[in-house]
Amino acid sequence: MSKKLTLKIWRGNASQGGLKEVEVEANEGEVVLDVIHRVQATQMGDLAVRWNCKAGKCGSCSMEINGKPRLACMTQVASFADGEAITVTPLRAFPVIKDLATDVSFNYKKAMEVESFTPPADLKPGEARMAQVDVERSQEFRKCIECFLCQDTCHVIRDHEENKKSFAGPRFFIRIAELDMHPLDILKNRKKKAQAEHGLGMCNITKCCTEVCPEHIRITDNAIIPLKERVVDEKYDPIRWLGSKIQKREGII
Amino acid sequence: MSEKVAMARHNYDVVVIGAGGAGLRAAVEARSAGLRVAIICKSLFGKAHTVMAEGGVAASMGNVNENDGWKVHFRDTMRGGKFLNHYRMAELHAKESPDRVWELELWGALFDRTKEGKISQRNFGGHEYPRLAHVGDRTGLELIRTMQQKIVAMQQADKKEFGDAESYLKVFAEVTITDILKENGKVAGVYGYRREDGAELLFEAGAVILATGGVGKTFKITSNSWEGTGDGHALALKAGGNLVDMEFLQFHPTGMVWPPSVRGILVTESVRGEGGVLTNNLGERFMFKYIPDVFKDKYADNEAEADRWYTDQDNNRRPPELLPRDEVARAINSEVKAGRGSPHGGVYLDVSKRLSAEVIKKRLPSMWHQFYELAGVDITKEAMEVGPTCHYVMGGVEVEPDTAAAVGAPGLFAAGEVAGGMHGSNRLGGNSLSDLLVFGRRAGVGASEYVKHNQPVKVSELTIKLASEKIAAPFKRTGGENPYTLHQELQEITHNLVGIIRTKSELADAISKIEDIRNRIENVSVAGDRLFNPGFHLSFDLDNMLLVAESTAKSAIVREESRGGHTRDDFPKMNPKWRTLNNIASFNGKEVVVKQQPLPVMPKKLFELFEVNELEKYLTSDELAKGGR
Repeated sequence: MSKKLTLKIWRGNASQGGLKEVEVEANEGEVVLDVIHRVQATQMGDLAVRWNCKAGKCGSCSMEINGKPRLACMTQVASFADGEAITVTPLRAFPVIKDLATDVSFNYKKAMEVESFTPPADLKPGEARMAQVDVERSQEFRKCIECFLCQDTCHVIRDHEENKKSFAGPRFFIRIAELDMHPLDILKNRKKKAQAEHGLGMCNITKCCTEVCPEHIRITDNAIIPLKERVVDEKYDPIRWLGSKIQKREGII
Repeated sequence: MSEKVAMARHNYDVVVIGAGGAGLRAAVEARSAGLRVAIICKSLFGKAHTVMAEGGVAASMGNVNENDGWKVHFRDTMRGGKFLNHYRMAELHAKESPDRVWELELWGALFDRTKEGKISQRNFGGHEYPRLAHVGDRTGLELIRTMQQKIVAMQQADKKEFGDAESYLKVFAEVTITDILKENGKVAGVYGYRREDGAELLFEAGAVILATGGVGKTFKITSNSWEGTGDGHALALKAGGNLVDMEFLQFHPTGMVWPPSVRGILVTESVRGEGGVLTNNLGERFMFKYIPDVFKDKYADNEAEADRWYTDQDNNRRPPELLPRDEVARAINSEVKAGRGSPHGGVYLDVSKRLSAEVIKKRLPSMWHQFYELAGVDITKEAMEVGPTCHYVMGGVEVEPDTAAAVGAPGLFAAGEVAGGMHGSNRLGGNSLSDLLVFGRRAGVGASEYVKHNQPVKVSELTIKLASEKIAAPFKRTGGENPYTLHQELQEITHNLVGIIRTKSELADAISKIEDIRNRIENVSVAGDRLFNPGFHLSFDLDNMLLVAESTAKSAIVREESRGGHTRDDFPKMNPKWRTLNNIASFNGKEVVVKQQPLPVMPKKLFELFEVNELEKYLTSDELAKGGR
């Protein structure tokens, strides 16, 4: 049940590159990563591509397939029409290292800028009690496999290198939301800092990040919008502003 | 290719190779001891194979059934391993795993909860009580992310105190280690290259912790990611360490079998823990036929009782689908061989008749997703097709249980899947995540203590030169063999001749074929240059996988019995004599040599935790008479 397929693969490095067209066999049920591996084993031994689990759980094989940010291990060859060429290119928002591998260190730098989980100092191991319904809100964001497709598709940084300095991106907005909603986290001002230090205000909720998330995390609806709403509440509502000053905490109303 | 390759020198107290659960837990501990620590990972940070662990982490917290405790967990672990486990490792593991789970909560982990708000625990094969702390079916991801974020938190604290986040703890992502460097018989550091550009790296270090995981990529059908190439096993052998009981490989009973591209991908045991049943093409729930004598008092022999167990565990025996993994894998293998398999050579696993669609999607979200997207199967409505897949290696580096120090290589430590002994001949599900937390921490402590009491050893220029030449070698050869082809050949050999059912003649055949590939690998040449070149990377992984395969085949051929993850067609029964022996593999520079070593004898206080009539099934009459030491 195998068929011939035309695959266009971007090959090159930081300074130059272009699409190379190859013919390759594809078998029933195969995903794009399978076909790339076949090319690697038989035609291009030094083709650079990241992958690990091949089961949509690690978020390594992120690339753009026919221009759309996707995981190559979760993209069925059969989802493309017969005779349609499949074009694979590296993530556009990050600098190319070689072929389909990009330098994603931007994300690790941003991770370092988000203040870590802070439990009460006197909380003892085994003593935490939380209701399932309370942990579920943060659990949704902890499903994130750090494939960085949301970062890649986000138009704030996709073609705007200059914004990277002041914008953490959707991956880290859900991280901030996760900590903000975490029943044991006591750090205040996470929402304000999302605005002041991580560029939340630059997001104009086009939901592109939610659309590409392979874990179907509702990034915009469940993380970004709630973060924005509460920031707005506090910034512009004088009574809430006063309340936040008196109580020295946010998000209680 | 230019002859002049950049080399960066680094100096640390402790180098941890591997950034899965064990490596990260070890690094946290060594940094907490005030040391400077380098973490080296083959992939990007946070992608290690631990993310694929699904079911949960076993710890006898007793949150769901208060009868649970370390003694019960210890007994289950020894039973699961058919009493070939190192008793001390099983003891430490059972005693310490609750603390290791609770501490993750203080680092931000969010486990699923019980009604009282405690950490929820689920049933799993071989565990007497609900014992696995879990987060849906993505527990491994929760572990890795929690520890990744703990590392970041420690780096942030270092930045506050010392001005540089990486002053005490640094992650070197996408680096492969090709050599453990020794001087005067002691570990002095490690050597390797950056995958991104091929630049070489020297790490001088007082102690080295191996936390490199498993060997699955040596086999054709595996649940392991590309990283499971036995690097740590091979590095330890070459550094003078030993591998214990490498014949024991766990074939997880339920991997996907269709379509071909996903063959081997894991289907979590939680599907059975949540009530999934196994049937053959006659619709028969076949596991009732495969309950071994040693487990007859604990497992139901009829459907009615098995079904009642899901609601009343105190008055019914467990369903046989929850037997230890080796038993279930062999049963599936037998059904398929007898012609009662599914269309694609597996059997059926069905959870749709027990649970509602809503509950399945909530408790097994990634399973639903995986089957829907990759196989076009909706597990809330229909059965899955599943079959055995190479999942885990019980064998590994021989270590001192308390310190995780590798026997025979001073300064070398090993924790997690790369270490051997803990699981005996078969690992229980859930005992892997707890193993890597317990012994990851112990390796961190062991290495820190070692560093504090031993002067670091300087690496000589000659040692560096030899390590560097080895990395350059594949580029200096032209017209040699393709590493991808050799890898596929090796996988065929291990799959066909060292697989789930073994015989003497096939193992002998495997040993000679592996030797043949070993000779041909000397000629491997790679295309392209050092810039992110997977063919170049594979040529080193291949060398490691060959040493692993050789150790496994040579250990398997001498063990003339069937036990746990080692089944011999020509010796189908357990032999009590072999229960008293470990196979110890070492490397003499040319080939792997296997010898036997007596298993440590359990002390009386642990011996007495078991009923005599259970021990009779495993121990010799001599051992029973002595009753431990």
